[in-house]
Amino acid sequence: MGSGGRGTAWQTRPMTVDHRLTTRQMASFVTNGFIRFDAIVPADLNERAIDEMRRLEAERFAPDGLKPPHTGTPLDECYPAPSAIGEYLRLPQIRGIVESFVGPDPTFDHDWTHHVQPHATYVQPLHVDAITDSDDLTFDVQLFWYPHDVAPGEGGTRFVPGSHLRRVRSSGLDRYQHIAGEQQFAGPAGTVVVFHHGLWHAGQPNPGDRDRWMHKVRLNPTVPQVRHWNTDDLPDLQNPPSDHIFARILPDSVAQIFRTMHPWMSITDYRNEQVQRARLWRYLTGDTTYDVDHYLTRLEGRAALVDT
Amino acid sequence: MSATSAQQRQQILHLWANGSSLDSGVVAWAFHDGTDGCGPAVPDASPPYTTGVDALRDGWMLLQSSQLIPPLPTHEHLNSYLEYEFVFERRFTIDSPLQEVHP
Repeated sequence: MGSGGRGTAWQTRPMTVDHRLTTRQMASFVTNGFIRFDAIVPADLNERAIDEMRRLEAERFAPDGLKPPHTGTPLDECYPAPSAIGEYLRLPQIRGIVESFVGPDPTFDHDWTHHVQPHATYVQPLHVDAITDSDDLTFDVQLFWYPHDVAPGEGGTRFVPGSHLRRVRSSGLDRYQHIAGEQQFAGPAGTVVVFHHGLWHAGQPNPGDRDRWMHKVRLNPTVPQVRHWNTDDLPDLQNPPSDHIFARILPDSVAQIFRTMHPWMSITDYRNEQVQRARLWRYLTGDTTYDVDHYLTRLEGRAALVDT
Repeated sequence: MSATSAQQRQQILHLWANGSSLDSGVVAWAFHDGTDGCGPAVPDASPPYTTGVDALRDGWMLLQSSQLIPPLPTHEHLNSYLEYEFVFERRFTIDSPLQEVHP
């Protein structure tokens, strides 16, 4: 854009930072079922939050004291000031992330303070939260906020990348003690990891000498989850449906991200996951022809021959 | 001095593979020890065996493997639980305190 003597809007418009995610980040979330933001919450807020988490744990079910919001409360109205948890939920960076997934006006589902005492040995079995989903493509997000450092081996949340689009019953996952490629959270204070609600996960023992705290909040969308992220880079990354690993591909595209194969997957799992990722991407982008490696397009083309 | 008796105890190993064959690669595992630690353990940090056949070579006995179940119509592209499960056992004889028998 030229400068010159015309009105220079860039000089007078208030500077705002767009904290919404990029297409690449969204495609990564669709592939892996999570995305993490290291040390995104400021240190002083983390410190104040631990005190508030302690109060919430103690007073949640007490006759008086600090209570969580009612389920269905608009996010903007949750934990009004003064509240460290509310301050966190209203950080522009957090709101940009949340908006990207569930739109600008999500509602509060529930939250929980996960507090593990030093040297606690309980191994929570792998599970998914709530109940087995219906087969629509909508999803909730769960924000896992770690207000203090978690060192490797200190027992942060265990989770299985790429497990979020599977249809399982929660208790059926109990038997999987170890899965190749699973991760255990470790990271600096103020890190937030956003989960698709279907991601397999579990709390872990705390072998350390200090209390471990984590705040988890689940948020529901109130509008279709279509193109709420910063889509400036979408035209460059959105591959055509002809993008096919056995024919021709774009070297840098959403499809390339969707071709991530996790180490615990069989080849059939992997191809089915590509189908599920493409279906979810159709919902998120509104592009009903989107495909990766021709799986949906092939079937739809043949089905159309029968229908006509 | 307490009385003891020899008793057979079972260890169970679940292996999940990335294919339906016993020599497919192991992608998940679980271990349950009925010997209360008297028998050997298996490592936590990495798959104890690369394939099910490797487990056989190490003395594990195959108890059960998954049936191959075709997908239901409309469920052809849905993934669910880990599909190819192999269950192994090995047995150890240990001394255990005699239980008091009540009439």
